[in-house]
Amino acid sequence: MESLIYAVLSMGGIGLFFAVLITLANAKLKVEEDPKIELVNDLLPGANCGACGLPGCGACAELMVKGEVGLSACPVADDDSKDQIGKLLGLSHEAGEKDVAVVLCQGGLKNVSIKADYDGVKTCLGSTLVSGGERQCAYGCLGNGDCCVVCSFDAIHMGEDGLPIVDREKCTGCGKCAEVCPRDIIEMHKESHQVFVLCKNQDKGKAAKEACKVVCIGCQICVKKDESGGFTVKNFLASVDHSKYGSNPELPTDKCPTNAIVNVVRASE
Amino acid sequence: MKLKTFKHGSHPKEFKEFAEHKLLETLPIPDEVFIPVTQHIGAPCKPCVKKGDEVKTGQLIAESAGFVSSNIHASISGKVKAVAAFPHPNGSKSIMIHIVGDGNDEWIETEKVSDWEKLGKDELKKLISDAGIVGMGGAAFPTHVKLSPPKDKPIDTFIINGCECEPYLTADHRMMAEQTEKMVLGTKILMKVLDVKNGYIGIESNKPDAIEIMEKAIAGENTISVVPVQVKYPQGAEKMLIKAVVDKEVPTGGLPMDVGAVVNNVGTAIAVAEAVIEGKPVVERVVTVTGDAINEPKNVIARIGTPFSKLLEYCGGLKPDTRKVLMGGPMMGVAQYSLEVPVVKATSGILCLSTDSVPEIKEYACIMCGKCVEACPMFLLPTRLSKAVSKEKYEMAEELGIMNCIECGSCSYVCPSNLPLVHQIRIGKLKINEKNKK
Repeated sequence: MESLIYAVLSMGGIGLFFAVLITLANAKLKVEEDPKIELVNDLLPGANCGACGLPGCGACAELMVKGEVGLSACPVADDDSKDQIGKLLGLSHEAGEKDVAVVLCQGGLKNVSIKADYDGVKTCLGSTLVSGGERQCAYGCLGNGDCCVVCSFDAIHMGEDGLPIVDREKCTGCGKCAEVCPRDIIEMHKESHQVFVLCKNQDKGKAAKEACKVVCIGCQICVKKDESGGFTVKNFLASVDHSKYGSNPELPTDKCPTNAIVNVVRASE
Repeated sequence: MKLKTFKHGSHPKEFKEFAEHKLLETLPIPDEVFIPVTQHIGAPCKPCVKKGDEVKTGQLIAESAGFVSSNIHASISGKVKAVAAFPHPNGSKSIMIHIVGDGNDEWIETEKVSDWEKLGKDELKKLISDAGIVGMGGAAFPTHVKLSPPKDKPIDTFIINGCECEPYLTADHRMMAEQTEKMVLGTKILMKVLDVKNGYIGIESNKPDAIEIMEKAIAGENTISVVPVQVKYPQGAEKMLIKAVVDKEVPTGGLPMDVGAVVNNVGTAIAVAEAVIEGKPVVERVVTVTGDAINEPKNVIARIGTPFSKLLEYCGGLKPDTRKVLMGGPMMGVAQYSLEVPVVKATSGILCLSTDSVPEIKEYACIMCGKCVEACPMFLLPTRLSKAVSKEKYEMAEELGIMNCIECGSCSYVCPSNLPLVHQIRIGKLKINEKNKK
């Protein structure tokens, strides 16, 4: 019985000693931190996606409070939380539209020609080192999903067809997928922009057709049919200027002979 | 006597028997050639002919664009049909000069030199540079650059690389055995340009006939000696060869000239002899067409720009179960997706492999056995490099010396888990180069 009491007393004593030590240390060595940093950090998305170019949301919050970066540093946070952060820090914030990733390629396994079997490292970057992977098109999707791996918001997935599919609801517009794509076929566009030329192929018509069924051949039909002047063709590739074209979803996408011009919202419905 | 060699390395099966004793044959002049303006390390050449021009064999068709660059000459006579992008054996599409032949193979007038020993160093170097000679072993580094070391780096050793350590390839072997005189002459010319008194010819001991022939050929010379070296991969990498022959180690990140050595391939020496004596630019090279998926393996002298398909046809065509066609050997060669790509100055061989030789492999996890570390001739840690790259820790990879990797493939070859180590390392190098450019 006696040994039990000794044990409890000695353990309790040690515990008490260290508790006092820690309390003292806490008081003595306290680092003064602006309480706003934690508040801002709570309002930021907390995904640590790295879109701001800083190591995580905490670092971004710190710089925001210090005034070294503005509210626009975080492309991911929604307007609501940006307003709250703005109030907290006395910054104004213009409500904007969020960006969404658009995959400018339709060269899935159904459409693109296959030139070889690729059995190297299963990343897009890896396949660029070996004659550009399996698919014939030298401009299009490589299909190994580097963009899907890098997404912190579960918003881009590899479809059955070997093409990444963007979930426009979940996409926060951080732009990591666009950054990582070695072929630069993912671009960030305003959510209201819906009509795109889903192709990056700059080959002449015949060579382009050999590579992929759904390819822009630079035929100029879109330029002629669209009166707003929103379409231009350069290097056998059409592109759409949304400032002229607006976001009118009624403009003809069905005039493209190869179906390369698509309304991405309607197509996903 | 124990043969000289370097530390580490691997022992892939040689497979030289396919074409080892096949005498050199000359491919008939092709109907058309596709001559890329990028066939060397350095700046791409500027084409100096246009569509519709008539050209003769040996005529300059693309000029060197800078010091590290090398002239390109027409390899057949005929008419330029196009200057446009075509598939290149390196996997990209690049600008090529498409010449349709007239079948006459009419040469430009070449200047023949009867007594080369009267020419000065700079004259010889100019002849070599004008002839568009690059390292014919496969790296295609412009030779005149190697022959112009800076003044603070005196050169005292010259080595001819006759190792041919890549399995299957036999082009250098046949050249040593059949073009011996030209090779010795080329060696002498190169030694004169560099003003070097110690010349060595390093040959792997699996080519006893070549060693014997070379020894006979240089019997009267007291500045050149033949050095038989151990059969080990990558014995033909220049840093490994220098270590084996003169026992000097090229410092990390350095070049052979840092230890006073210059290494040239057998094919380069022969091209130098032809350029100086006959005034003949690089318009053809020896290509080993080999492997278990080609009907008649051969060593063929082919014009630069000949499509691979023509060469394969000449060698009896591919067998039905062909799985893979590579340019170069199995360790460092480049897989091809089209047979319409042309022979370039760096095409030492075309390797055709059947399904049996290219088994489907499954990757397993790294078991930390350290075989890759023992195999790496550059004393790197391939497994850690590969892991650093796959986790995108490029700074760590750089600290571990990823940029010193010579991409010889020894680590991937010995890995029991079939990991694509070199491929990962190449991805890392690409990323780091991109980052450093910014």
